[in-house]
Amino acid sequence: MRPSNVLRRALLGAALTTSLLAIPALPARAAEPIRIGELNSYKAQPAFLDPYRKGMQLAVKQINEAGGVDGRPLELISRDDGGNPGDAIRVAEELVTREGADIIAGTFLSHVGLAVADFAKRRKVFFLAAEPLTDKLTWADGNRYTFRLRPSTYMQVAMLMPAAIGVKRKRWAIVYPNYEYGQSAAETFKTLLRAAQPDVEFVAEQATPLGKVDAGPVAQALADAKPDAVFNVLFGPDLAKFVREANTRGALEGTFVVSLLSGEPEYLDPLKDEAPVGWVVTGYPWYSITTPEHQAFLTAYVDAYGEPPRLGSIVGYTTIRSIAAGVAKAGGTDTEKLVDAFAGLEVDGPFGPFTYRASDHQATIGAFVGTLALRDGQGVMVAPVYVDGASVLPSDAEVRKLRPAAD
Amino acid sequence: MSAPSPVLAVRGIAKSYGGVRALDGVSFEIAAGELLALIGPNGAGKSTCFNIVNGQLRPDAGTVHILGRDVTGLPPRRIAGLGVGRTFQVAAVFPSMTALENVQMALIAARRGVFGFWHPARRIAREEALALLEQTGMGAQAERPAAALAYGDVKRLELAMALAGEPKLLLMDEPTAGMAAGERREMIALVRRLTRARGLAVLFTEHSMDVVFGHADRAIVLARGRLIADGPVDAVRRDPLVREVYLGGTRPGREARP
Amino acid sequence: MSLDSLLFQAVNGLASASGLFLVAAGLSVIFGVTRIVNMAHGSFYMLGLYIAVTLAPLLGEHLGGAAGFWGGIAGATLAVALLGAAVERVLLRRLYNAPELYQLLATFALLLIINDAALFLWGPEDILGPRAPGLSGSVELLGRRLPQYDVFLALIGPVVLVGLHLLLTRTRFGRLIRAATQDREMVAALGINEALLFTAVFALGAGIAGFGGALQMAREPASLSLDLSVLGEAFVVVVVGGMGSIKGAYLAAVLVAEVKALCTALGVIEIAGYTFNMSWLTLVAEFLVMAVVLVLRPHGLFGRALAATKAGEAEPPLLPLDRRGRALVLAAILLFAAMPLIGMFFRYAPVLALDMVIAALFAASLHFVMGPGGMASFGHAAYFGLGAYGTAFAATQLGLSTPLAFATGIGTAAAGAALFGWFCVRLEGVYFTMLTLAFAQIVWSIVYQWEDVTGGSNGLFGVWPDWPFDSRAGLYLAALAVALGGLALLRRIVFAPFGLALRAGRDSRLRAEASGIPVARVRWLSFALAGTLCGAAGGLFAFAKGSISPEAISVGRSIDGLVMVLLGGVQSLMGPLLGAGAFTLLQDTVMRETDYWRALLGLVILVLVLLFPFGIAGGLRRVARLRRAGGAR
Ligand SMILES: Nc1ncnc2c1ncn2[C@@H]1O[C@H](COP(=O)(O)OP(=O)(O)O)[C@@H](O)[C@H]1O
Ligand SMILES: [Mg+2]
Repeated sequence: MRPSNVLRRALLGAALTTSLLAIPALPARAAEPIRIGELNSYKAQPAFLDPYRKGMQLAVKQINEAGGVDGRPLELISRDDGGNPGDAIRVAEELVTREGADIIAGTFLSHVGLAVADFAKRRKVFFLAAEPLTDKLTWADGNRYTFRLRPSTYMQVAMLMPAAIGVKRKRWAIVYPNYEYGQSAAETFKTLLRAAQPDVEFVAEQATPLGKVDAGPVAQALADAKPDAVFNVLFGPDLAKFVREANTRGALEGTFVVSLLSGEPEYLDPLKDEAPVGWVVTGYPWYSITTPEHQAFLTAYVDAYGEPPRLGSIVGYTTIRSIAAGVAKAGGTDTEKLVDAFAGLEVDGPFGPFTYRASDHQATIGAFVGTLALRDGQGVMVAPVYVDGASVLPSDAEVRKLRPAAD
Repeated sequence: MSAPSPVLAVRGIAKSYGGVRALDGVSFEIAAGELLALIGPNGAGKSTCFNIVNGQLRPDAGTVHILGRDVTGLPPRRIAGLGVGRTFQVAAVFPSMTALENVQMALIAARRGVFGFWHPARRIAREEALALLEQTGMGAQAERPAAALAYGDVKRLELAMALAGEPKLLLMDEPTAGMAAGERREMIALVRRLTRARGLAVLFTEHSMDVVFGHADRAIVLARGRLIADGPVDAVRRDPLVREVYLGGTRPGREARP
Repeated sequence: MSLDSLLFQAVNGLASASGLFLVAAGLSVIFGVTRIVNMAHGSFYMLGLYIAVTLAPLLGEHLGGAAGFWGGIAGATLAVALLGAAVERVLLRRLYNAPELYQLLATFALLLIINDAALFLWGPEDILGPRAPGLSGSVELLGRRLPQYDVFLALIGPVVLVGLHLLLTRTRFGRLIRAATQDREMVAALGINEALLFTAVFALGAGIAGFGGALQMAREPASLSLDLSVLGEAFVVVVVGGMGSIKGAYLAAVLVAEVKALCTALGVIEIAGYTFNMSWLTLVAEFLVMAVVLVLRPHGLFGRALAATKAGEAEPPLLPLDRRGRALVLAAILLFAAMPLIGMFFRYAPVLALDMVIAALFAASLHFVMGPGGMASFGHAAYFGLGAYGTAFAATQLGLSTPLAFATGIGTAAAGAALFGWFCVRLEGVYFTMLTLAFAQIVWSIVYQWEDVTGGSNGLFGVWPDWPFDSRAGLYLAALAVALGGLALLRRIVFAPFGLALRAGRDSRLRAEASGIPVARVRWLSFALAGTLCGAAGGLFAFAKGSISPEAISVGRSIDGLVMVLLGGVQSLMGPLLGAGAFTLLQDTVMRETDYWRALLGLVILVLVLLFPFGIAGGLRRVARLRRAGGAR
């Protein structure tokens, strides 16, 4: 062999690479579009993010058709973040350096969200985290440049607490996916329940590998502990497996169940007629929300895509709405001004008005709590109640203690 | 007793594979400078014997002494370090290296230079390696990849490698297997020449009786794992027992396969 | 914890074991005969399930529920078997002469493509199939209810086991399979139609996997994440049982499933005052089992040493650079060193270049054990991760300065590689590969769950370097210097006696030992060295990204490394560098195509593999040789 040939081509390749891929970033001018660099785990979480993207695109279309923000149209540049922080950071860099994004938004997975938030802090870029649920994003590791839209793990758990406390059961079991989201949901649940009901006993705790629950043994182990109530954090395929096994084994008969996220169409619909009747869940009952804001959104969405929205649609739509509102308030896309504008920013979304709190940068958008039932061979949430995010968030004073890192 | 301790002394070694007794109480010695032929029909236990001497197999019983030192159960690399070179029934070299690199590698290993991390190996022991290749008739092929060599040349390369590091004892399991008749004689003549000059003790197996009786100093005969004769080649040739089990009934083909 | 509940859980375990066994059996048969490490095996399983949940309701409409359900399973099995045959004929057949692991690369590309194809065909949402008609109830056992379908599953495993056994021992086809498993050359020598045998074996293996997937229709939804999650378990079961041993695979499946069921059943326990949730262990139970088994039994429970299959031509000798080569390397170094300047015009170029530089060091360190060492590691990401986490922990939690934190990371990786390497290098071939995987998964699971030190599943962030490395250019140049140093060191070592000895041990362990080379020690040291340099790459990664999460240790990361090395060419020292560059570039380019980028990546890899069955470096070499030959005439 002649290594030299290899090398010559390597060199050529490298030169080619540089010239091909590195298109110079254009300097921003006044009538330029507002560039939203959006990154998300489209490939890793398609069930949630497909509707999410549709929601975003709908919002962008609506806003641009109405003349944009201060005359500037929105331009959405979407990227896959590879489902891991390493790729996500590179993508974020690319959005900022090459695409000249003014704002970064998106992310689904908590660790990706946290890494991008850290990147935003470091590079002083405005970042609106759309989906990640981890409490750390706004509290322990919160920073000046990061805001979050979706109700956090803590908030979602807190929304279920009235139901959990209300049934006055003593023996609780918990089943959760074994990663930060599940762990912190379980911890929060235990803490809040103990505070309200000191004599509560947690008789079983099953931490299952994400996406690989051994449903039979897990359902059986829960049943063997003879709980009279269960807190479930499983979702997705894990939830489907667990519910089917529990049904067949009668493992949860007579047991009261509260469950996180299970009312979201993304997770409820695949269960079809096996949806666990009687569970109290958080979710998105698009079929029974009658507010005019939601009605308008629902009509526009169904018109555009010919299918009902999922929770992801709401999140995507509201993310873009939030950015538009923020840019309008800030009078432009200057990062520092945007950050200041988002503190206390009021946004109107399909769920009604909500605020980005100045204290912890968390949006007060809420979620629905309801009880699962069957209707036409399909699981639905009945008697859903909208719980305002503000009502379950700690006070500003408490939050200040929770945010040591932020300025 | 003024005689120096033998280069190799094998005492009562035995080895079974499951039920098969491959070796059963075999003892023999080799003195310095001696060319000893180990003969016997296929499956007699010759390769097993080699593998025990060179440490690849651990005997079920018995001992192996090299230059007076008990080496029973030592791993092959330690036995190699004591001055034992070996070639295999199916020649084993390093196909991804040139012939020269193969011998350089053997020389480096013999000099305990394996843990060198800096100086390029191609400059180490180059002259000696070339000389060895020259002596085994491989000088012209030094820069060729071993994978591209003809089988006979691979055998010669292996011999050069086995001779690297000035061993006291050379173990050659069928050094001429797979060679044409003319080549065989040449190969053994080569071995004889090289080892004589170095005063090497050699243990080898060979199927061609002409070759054995033409070149070896002494022969030992294995049959079904037992040693049935040990003596000068002429005596062995005349031994009726040997004639019966070996030369008589089941006469091996000249191209006996492993 | 009553005895009844333990016993009952053991019965539960048997049902899970059958599922595991079915995927593993197919994998084992395929590997045994063709020696292909089939990365797409989980995809066959996933497709079986998808096809079954699609067919069952369709058939059910016309034939009734029961016929639909079982017809769906039969149809899915058949369809996947056919697909397996097609894959072998169209794709793998072209690769039998390439170095062993190139089929792995091709099947990996297939895994990417099949996943996107399933997304395209079935959409992103999980699809839950019907319950089994007639088996949807439960039976009473030990005062508990056991699903009838679980009983059925628990029985189907042994039935398939016996069936396969009969097939292998009583039929001509089976005898051929066994003969081929033991000695490929012999089958070829006997004048048997090897091509047909391989196709049939691939169809059989794929069919069993598809059957296994289809059977799960009554238990779990078809989802796009199944392929990878099943693949890992299947490997474990095959290896624990002993490659090629069907009986071993069944026992291993039972062992793994029972250990998991036991961990689940025990739940939260107290040991010496500490409460410990045993269910946490289900995250790695299979890999713990594999590590223990392989350390104690290097060929699994029922495996035997594999007959060496030195197919294909031997690697050509490695040559040092000639003058022109040196000039080109220098030019490449200069180009990369000038990246901060280039970055003034093309701002993204240095970002991508930094990723390339890190990937190059990662791939080159893997290549060191894989190429010259001949030890294909599936767990190289462990050392990348240890380096990254060590660095990140030292920088954020201990507050060490950047160079010290980096050194800590490298030290962590070196210690890990030395420790795990000591066990791994004792094993040969695919067993080595799988033990490295097991250790990597164990490290991963510890990192994933040790919240206090590693930040758990979220990882650590805020890992930004201090002055003068806090600017893009500063960090980039430092990383480039480290990577170049590492690459130069590796190159130097490959040509030094140690590198020669490493190659010697790979070429012929027998010869090497007989020549006095301490092969095990050489391998161990090379493993530790590669791990150390890989740790340096990991440390750079942590600083470059400012954060680190368990993905850095995941199987996916290890596979990325393998892909880089194979794509570039395992038989050349430039290969891993070309591969790392090409892969980084490719991924960056295709990922912008958000919809089906994995399939696109897979397709590009497939094309590259088919065009250059010896990697990019091998392809370039061939072109150069042809040109030279042409010029000579
Ligand atoms: N690894 C092994 N396992 C089982 N039996 C073996 C093994 N190696 C050799 N044998 C048996 O031991 C006997 C001696 O073999 P070997 O030493 O190779 O004989 P030779 O070299 O004289 O032909 C033969 O019967 C052979 O079948
Ligand atoms: Mg023999």
